[in-house]
Amino acid sequence: MRDIKLPFCPGCGCLTVISRFLRAVHELGHKDLSKFVFCSGIGCAAWIPSPHFKADSIHTAHGRSIPVATGIKLMRPDLNVVVFGGDGDLAGIGLSHLVHAARRNLDIAVFMVNNMIYGMTGGQVAPTTPLGTKTTTTPYGSFEHPLDVPSLLVTAGASYAARWTTAHGEQLKEAMKKALATRGFAFVEAVSPCPTAFGRRAGFKDVAEIVRWFRESSVPLEEAEKMTAEDLTKKIVVGEFVYRKISTFTEALYRTIREAEKSAETK
Amino acid sequence: MTGKTSATHFWQGNEACAEATIAAGCRFFAGYPITPASEIFEHLARRLPQAGGITIQMEDEIASIGAVIGASWAGAKAMTATSGPGFSLMQELIGYAFMTETPCVVVDVQRAGPSTGQATKAGQGDVMQARWGTHGDYTSIALSPNSVQEMFDLTIRAFNLAETYRTPVVLLADEVVAHMREQAVIPPSNQIKITNRKKPKPTDKAFFNGEDIAPMPSVGEGYNVPVTGSTHNEHGYRFTADRTVHEKLVKNLIRKIRDNAGKIVDYESLNVDDCDVGVVSFGCTSRAIHETIELAKKKGLTVGSVRLKTIWPFPEEAVRNMAKNVKVIVVPELNMREMFYEVERVVHGAVPVVPLNKIGGGEMITPEELLAEIARSVKKVD
Repeated sequence: MRDIKLPFCPGCGCLTVISRFLRAVHELGHKDLSKFVFCSGIGCAAWIPSPHFKADSIHTAHGRSIPVATGIKLMRPDLNVVVFGGDGDLAGIGLSHLVHAARRNLDIAVFMVNNMIYGMTGGQVAPTTPLGTKTTTTPYGSFEHPLDVPSLLVTAGASYAARWTTAHGEQLKEAMKKALATRGFAFVEAVSPCPTAFGRRAGFKDVAEIVRWFRESSVPLEEAEKMTAEDLTKKIVVGEFVYRKISTFTEALYRTIREAEKSAETK
Repeated sequence: MTGKTSATHFWQGNEACAEATIAAGCRFFAGYPITPASEIFEHLARRLPQAGGITIQMEDEIASIGAVIGASWAGAKAMTATSGPGFSLMQELIGYAFMTETPCVVVDVQRAGPSTGQATKAGQGDVMQARWGTHGDYTSIALSPNSVQEMFDLTIRAFNLAETYRTPVVLLADEVVAHMREQAVIPPSNQIKITNRKKPKPTDKAFFNGEDIAPMPSVGEGYNVPVTGSTHNEHGYRFTADRTVHEKLVKNLIRKIRDNAGKIVDYESLNVDDCDVGVVSFGCTSRAIHETIELAKKKGLTVGSVRLKTIWPFPEEAVRNMAKNVKVIVVPELNMREMFYEVERVVHGAVPVVPLNKIGGGEMITPEELLAEIARSVKKVD
């Protein structure tokens, strides 16, 4: 980390995500972040790496971290390319890039900090906001269903997808380790408290109450499979959604380039 | 294909552009299908991997320019090619490339717009979009080829300018120049001038926002560079509210182009010292000028021409000088007046400036039509 003041509000889940991520990197045996490149978009979570990590970090436009990460990874397959972003950034404006990166099984790790709100802009409804939640743009309560991002990415073709909350520090760290070690597209959603822009209007007294809600409403994937869709609307399904070994994008691409180079030589 | 000896080809414009991309040292192309630019991607998809390079079809044009920017920060010369609708989508990240001083080339093969317009028909309606398409303050470089030969030559130059000035460069082509076939003479590869970005020394710490163009590190080289589209200082650190940092950054972005405009500007003059009427033209429209001059001679009219090879920065001196010798200037273009206003601004009332506009159906302004407008304009001022 660089010795500069972090911008996050007291109680922000980004702080937990930073500590879990750095612990995961350390436990994987990295002494520093010199083999990493970080990409992020716009929003609170985008400021996790940029410029706070002592590493190369590309802080892109809103929703566009994954395209930029794609260009970097294709040119430098030897580097660990890691994307940090919020739910608005990755599952709202940048959703198509997220789905296509999973479809390609692009070898990057994506960490989505889901605070269920647009925090930086002052608390507007997000694609992940629970039905009925009061936000600045849904003052009478949200009337949209939230998106289940890990399930979507399983369908799209990700190698690894998981969801935990910041109340599950150990599991979150282990999921991040597994994501970083996965060959192919790896995704971890960290459901995260935003006391400032979400909790206040959604009726939570303080951050402790949000974290208690995370803990009490979390349901392991195996149990969730036995529950009805209606029962699940008030729950947070946690666990590992998929882990599979399938050919990755950079492997396939570089194989193609080698063949093309060879065919040009023999001509 | 470029080799040790010069070669003559019968190429399509888009094919010449693609071959120049390889000759310029570009090794990354990301794109999305669009008429009339797709042949650039298709040709590169076959040829670039043979040279060890990468082509990828992204999910849209936003992602295409995003991948190009990522590849550029990973050390590659990188390009995308599109047409109006895709160029509109790319504007967001073209702005990011200006702000982060990311070298890259964007080819816009213009077609008739706005919106979907006429996808297969030529237009020149993106002149101002190439200058000020994205929001905020900056200044841009845009080149305008008018032949297959120039689709090659100016593509090379676009990369060189992007690398020299650390900025996105637009190759503003059009459907006619992109799709026609004609001869292109390609010099031996060792005679093609190639410029590469300035790299930092290990002790360097300032990679942005310099009085001179700062050296550009790549990711993975150990510089731990923070890159951001937010206002930043020379080290890349965000300053989201400081007035002076913002002013310095934006003024430097503009200055590095404006102060070097003399080196960037390129045009071709014909007959300008001895003529009654001047024509300022660019791209496919400028192909009518030679015949127009000949036809005019037969009518006793002397016509001079300034053909713009860079449209931005605008060749102000050349146009201003021509205005000293002529009675009137005619500006033919396949749009509803874009370059006309720039010529009028530069001429500043010295002589009348007359627009000649034609749009739709991909129809060109013919030498006869241009001549008729010239004759009409001369009559009016005489």
